[in-house]
Amino acid sequence: MKNEKYDMGDIDIAWCPGCGNFGILNALKQAMEELKIEPTNLVLVSGIGQAAKIPHYLKTNFFNGLHGRALPPATGIKASNPSLTVIAESGDGDMYGEGGNHFIHTIRRNPNITNIVHDNMVYGLTKGQASPTSRRGFVTPVQVAGVILEPFNPLAVAIALNAGFVARTFIGDKEQTIEIIKQAINYKGYALVDILQPCVTFNKLNTYQWFKDNTYYLEDSYDCHDRNAAFKRATESDKLPLGIFYINPEKTPFEENTGVYKQNDTPLYSREVDYGKLESLISKYALV
Amino acid sequence: MTNPSTKKGNDISIVLCGQAGQGIQTVEKIFTRIMKSNGYHVYATKEYMSRVRGGLNSILIRISDKPVKAFVDRIDILVGLNKGSIKHLKNRVTSETLIIGEKEVLSDEIEDKQKVFDIPFTEIASGVGNKVFSNTVAVGALISILSVKPEDAINCLKQIFKDKPKELIDKNIEALKAGYETTVKLENFYSVKIESPASGSVKKQILVNGSEAVGLGAIAGGCNFISSYPMSPSTSVLVFLAQKGKDFGVLAEQAEDEISAINMAIGAWYAGARAMVTTSGGGFALMTEGVSLAGMLESPIVIHLAQRPGPATGLPTRTEQGDLDLVLYAGHGEFPRIIFAPGTLEDAFYLTQKAFNLADKFQVPVFILTDQYFVDSYYNTEPFNLKECKVEKHFIETSEDYQRYKLTENEISPRGIPGLGKGLVCADSDEHDEEGHITEDLELRIKMVDKRLGKLDLIKQESVPPVLLGPENYENLVICWGSTFNIICEAVNYLGRKDTAVLYFNQVYPLHDGAIELIKKAKKTIVVENNAAAQFARLLKIHADVKVDHNVLKYDGLCFASDSIAEELNELL
Ligand SMILES: Cc1ncc(C[n+]2csc(CCOP(=O)(O)OP(=O)(O)O)c2C)c(N)n1
Repeated sequence: MKNEKYDMGDIDIAWCPGCGNFGILNALKQAMEELKIEPTNLVLVSGIGQAAKIPHYLKTNFFNGLHGRALPPATGIKASNPSLTVIAESGDGDMYGEGGNHFIHTIRRNPNITNIVHDNMVYGLTKGQASPTSRRGFVTPVQVAGVILEPFNPLAVAIALNAGFVARTFIGDKEQTIEIIKQAINYKGYALVDILQPCVTFNKLNTYQWFKDNTYYLEDSYDCHDRNAAFKRATESDKLPLGIFYINPEKTPFEENTGVYKQNDTPLYSREVDYGKLESLISKYALV
Repeated sequence: MTNPSTKKGNDISIVLCGQAGQGIQTVEKIFTRIMKSNGYHVYATKEYMSRVRGGLNSILIRISDKPVKAFVDRIDILVGLNKGSIKHLKNRVTSETLIIGEKEVLSDEIEDKQKVFDIPFTEIASGVGNKVFSNTVAVGALISILSVKPEDAINCLKQIFKDKPKELIDKNIEALKAGYETTVKLENFYSVKIESPASGSVKKQILVNGSEAVGLGAIAGGCNFISSYPMSPSTSVLVFLAQKGKDFGVLAEQAEDEISAINMAIGAWYAGARAMVTTSGGGFALMTEGVSLAGMLESPIVIHLAQRPGPATGLPTRTEQGDLDLVLYAGHGEFPRIIFAPGTLEDAFYLTQKAFNLADKFQVPVFILTDQYFVDSYYNTEPFNLKECKVEKHFIETSEDYQRYKLTENEISPRGIPGLGKGLVCADSDEHDEEGHITEDLELRIKMVDKRLGKLDLIKQESVPPVLLGPENYENLVICWGSTFNIICEAVNYLGRKDTAVLYFNQVYPLHDGAIELIKKAKKTIVVENNAAAQFARLLKIHADVKVDHNVLKYDGLCFASDSIAEELNELL
């Protein structure tokens, strides 16, 4: 299927040939087409990194901000205009390293946004240093004797924080990735999709083949509403499960909880100041 | 030399001193409102320690028949609620000061010649039913000294407590009466009667502090989004907008850190909201990358920074004007900005309101630079006039061929917002082309830099000129900025010299062109600032090429006092 609505035509893409980012770009475009979301109604928010360049490669509104800081502006955008579809998308270094604090607290805040993370277990743009999800022993120009830190486990952290939608896919399986992105966007609240993706230039350990050999699908009988089971599955590390780990259908998104849209569902940009009300507030300061 | 306003009888300065958590603020609240409703001008400010309980804090209240808006060192009446009160204020207590307190508590500190009213606050309060009423007993004592009729005070008290249970109101009235009666019966009792209570207009004026003025100004400017992280002394603006903003549709969010706060606010602007952050030096340091982001995205953002002494944690509850340089240069790369430094409550209101329009118009960061002294100081002032306020929205509905960073004749690319119109809004922190896509076209880079920096000239055309007060044919010019203004003004007024004027900057960057001429006209120039490195004097040198003759600096964590600074200035003039 051609994704014309989102297609940029002939553009110069700064990714290496064979990079997993291409698959994610296509999956994203297709998911958007299938969901019939208009480019003018979509905002793609990213940070900095190879993955974070993705908004430049499809037709959409975008906010390509700072390294590690995709989630706060995504929250600000969604909270200011809830009718927009907002996706925050970056690499694992950006989301889990530099932006780790925002990752934790955005889950707690629960804006209705989708958080897509290109997880290649390495820093691509800065040329091959360890990322938070790098495996122990991974040798890099900086981690010369191999990574000695415990790898960050985004799924377990998200489930521990009771994130409403938590999933992992492998870009080697495009169909599942598209399907899960669609479900994540349809979920009303914060949704995490961690996408395993090889970096063909700087990660010679976690290759396409490695991901194939070291992943498996959560079985059909798996109950994604059982948080404890989800947590258990998320902590498995010999082979990494793929699929939707956890869904909590009972959460209310941040922007609804703020109360700003209770009596008025218009976006903030269209609102006017009630000067009459302000005048009476000011005059109260004249009273004793 | 006597002090600017020592003429007893028309300008009384009262200091309340007690432990944190003891309720001197309740005394301040009740007493200032009683005095204002009786037609007097009032002013109040606090100095406090960085702790929740204990320590010693003090509040200065001035009552006058003329407007009073400045801190003075002089203490006419000291209400010492705690052991150590006199010692805490030893540099300001003189033999002229009337000390009110429990002799038992203060006995170690009282010196021979000092005038003392021994009023057993706690005992009287216990008689009413509970020690907690001792604050209201103190109010009773104060109104008796200031010759206010108890009935007037009681009416006022009823208003203040109108939402409280009747029993509590009655107890407070009883405590006030008891405080009043005990005091008037004292053998050595004397009262001060302020000549004529000022005209009735004071009653109609509002009593707000600096943070309320900023908060009200924000609402008037159309602010509908604030994301911030608590940090003294800036938190009060977040609290204000969380509480009062509810009725105005303001979304107030406590972010996980200041980095998140500013990025969230910039995101909100991108989607068409009018957002601000409030912070203090350390928190702002964390925001600087975000300031730079706003510079590159050409995003509006309003930043209220209430300064406190640094570096690092410094003195969390004290005051300083030490972050001017920080704000002037914050953020990597080159991009324009606007910095306001209000020195009056009116300015805090109108400039904050204006900040939102300018941020939106020029797509730049706009700062409101205040400090602890400013946000915590109150005085009565005319109700802010909303006729002068207007929310100017500068975003457009986009067409299909919309380009966020279109190179235009006047440097400003019309700002679209996502979802409004047929175009796509592409905002990018990388150097970008007109559409907003990453570029390494170095010729385009030059055009984009010129476009961003070119806005500074347009901004300058709208800079607020400094305010000149005093004789037009001055020889001496006392220059100040921000919160020191009212203090300097009172000091120079008091000196009453025909050769000396005050030049007050409420916009410190970019400077209005007219400033240079005004400064160069003076034979002698003195810059007064609440910092150690004379940052504003340096700014004048760099940005206006004027060198000043004298710097008067203060960096002990306290604000200037108009009486002491008057003496200091007199020596320099
Ligand atoms: C504040 C800041 N620190 C560091 C960088 C440099 N930097 C850019 S991308 C990046 C990491 C990229 O890794 P990741 O987010 O995993 O994305 P990838 O390139 O692998 O897709 C770093 C450290 C930066 N741009 N900003």
